[in-house]
Amino acid sequence: MVTAPAPAPAQPGRGLTAPSTHKGMRAARRSLRMHWQLYLLMLAPIAYFVLFKYWPMTNAVIAFKDYNVVDGVWGSDWSGFRHFERFFDNPVFVNLLRNTFVLSAYVLLASFPIPIILALALNEVRLKFFKRTVQMVTYAPYFISTVVVVSMTILFLSPRLGLASDALAIFGIGSIDFLSEPDFFRHIYVWSDVWQTAGYSAVIYMAALSGIDPTLYEAAKVDGANRLQKIWNIDIPGILPTATVILILGVGNVMAIGFEKAFLLQNTLNMSQSEIIPTYTYRIGLLNADFSQAAAIGLFNSVINLVLLVSVHLIAKRATGRGLW
Amino acid sequence: MKIKERGFDRVFMVGVYILLTTFLLVVLLPLVYILASSFSDPRAVSAGRVALWPVGFTLDGYRTVLQDPQILTGFSNSLFYTVVGTTVSLILTVAIAYPLSRKDLWGRGAIALGIVFTMLFAGGLIPTYLVVQELGLLNTRWALILPQAIGVWQVIIAMSFFRVSIPDELYEAAQLDGSSDLRFLRSVVIPLSKPLLAVIALMYAITQWNSYFDALLYIRNPDLYPLQLVLRNILILNQSVTGMDATEMLRRQELADLLKYSLIVVATVPVMLIYPFVARYFTKGVMIGAVKG
Repeated sequence: MVTAPAPAPAQPGRGLTAPSTHKGMRAARRSLRMHWQLYLLMLAPIAYFVLFKYWPMTNAVIAFKDYNVVDGVWGSDWSGFRHFERFFDNPVFVNLLRNTFVLSAYVLLASFPIPIILALALNEVRLKFFKRTVQMVTYAPYFISTVVVVSMTILFLSPRLGLASDALAIFGIGSIDFLSEPDFFRHIYVWSDVWQTAGYSAVIYMAALSGIDPTLYEAAKVDGANRLQKIWNIDIPGILPTATVILILGVGNVMAIGFEKAFLLQNTLNMSQSEIIPTYTYRIGLLNADFSQAAAIGLFNSVINLVLLVSVHLIAKRATGRGLW
Repeated sequence: MKIKERGFDRVFMVGVYILLTTFLLVVLLPLVYILASSFSDPRAVSAGRVALWPVGFTLDGYRTVLQDPQILTGFSNSLFYTVVGTTVSLILTVAIAYPLSRKDLWGRGAIALGIVFTMLFAGGLIPTYLVVQELGLLNTRWALILPQAIGVWQVIIAMSFFRVSIPDELYEAAQLDGSSDLRFLRSVVIPLSKPLLAVIALMYAITQWNSYFDALLYIRNPDLYPLQLVLRNILILNQSVTGMDATEMLRRQELADLLKYSLIVVATVPVMLIYPFVARYFTKGVMIGAVKG
């Protein structure tokens, strides 16, 4: 058996850190010759990203134009920052910004601690059957669609059919139409969200908990620590890095709250609190067909989100020595 | 001293079990209630007399659901979108993730950066809509398959899986044997990555089955509606109640109420059937993602 030296595999990252362009070019040519099949394979996915991700970014230029169908994206007249000014001057602007921000912050505050508590409690349980049942059941709603979760919420809260009004009746309170009361919108949104995702989010913490060094627990046992002390001194420090990353990600995405659920829970009566930037963009863009204005609002939101993510990343890096990427 | 501590621990554990049981019930009871209602007499449902067990057992709700052409069309459309969409997504994801996982590929850093950047910044709703329009996809089935075909998260998961679990030695040996990159991918990498491919396929399938937003944007023709959009029209917008005389109205109203519960069950059962399988693999997927994140 001849063990000839393999045709030296290229050094990792050589092409990227090439000291001179000449050397870089050579590495590129070599890689292309050796791996042309892989480059060919990447063509379709790269085309996907160019078409559906980067092309829309160039189309966003209509935020600075008066888009009309006849002239197209590049043929329409420039309008400068007029669409942005129109949005900022609109009396709904402050309200929209507040609704979006308050809703996301509330989601973050409620959905951050609960999975941690769930995971810490599950971690104490030694009854395998009970533990597995709780995990399986609380995990399941994550896979139910938003449409179905919202439908269930509406069914429960509707004054005619719902359980909620029956429960209120027991306490002698007349039925309340929760869905058309603006003040209830955020609570409904957030708590149905917690109902749906707490079990799923707990999985990540369970993984972090299972990675804790068992000798720590033995040491704690020798010291005579009780369960609460063990949780406080071992478990919580053990999941802190994971929790920090998740919290930071949440803060960074505070303006990226989704369209889907808010749109479904919206009705004409709760609009004063349920209208957020994504749903407003949809209304302006597709229902009113004001493409340029909608693109400007979308761009404004994307930029704020990017700035938030990057600054949160930088702060995290400085504070913990560990950023998001 | 010892006894006192054990006493505290016992009280503490009672608290833990109470907490977890509450959690369990809060998640479980709404689901049981929906299930019980879906098998109940329409009048009992409308009057709110159903709790956790069917009252006046009947399959009327399901019969109505299965006779509605709109729902049947939606169901088969969703099946189509899920099967075709998942296949397309899976192929494209492997086609980008495998090359990017190869350390000796020139330019992979730049391509990976270009892909991850799309997670941080997006053109927005209307600019994307214009692309779909320009490509002539509006109001076609492709509009629900192509624009969301690749998930960046899935690419990252697949990339780290390939990098960690396909040893370099295997590739070097294959190279010595004169095997090409594509052959290596087909006959070594893919057979070794079945659990990963299962995770990713399930992620795509569930997302596709559950989504309604793209259909709301891009599809006008009701014959192409996926089930979730049909559900939204029936469950949330309350369509289908038409004017007629009072008793007929009442009967229809009762049936319409019942239908909602049955519909929820029908729409959720396919996902719940694969759930035990999904749960096992998904946990792994979350782990891989968590390690990266």
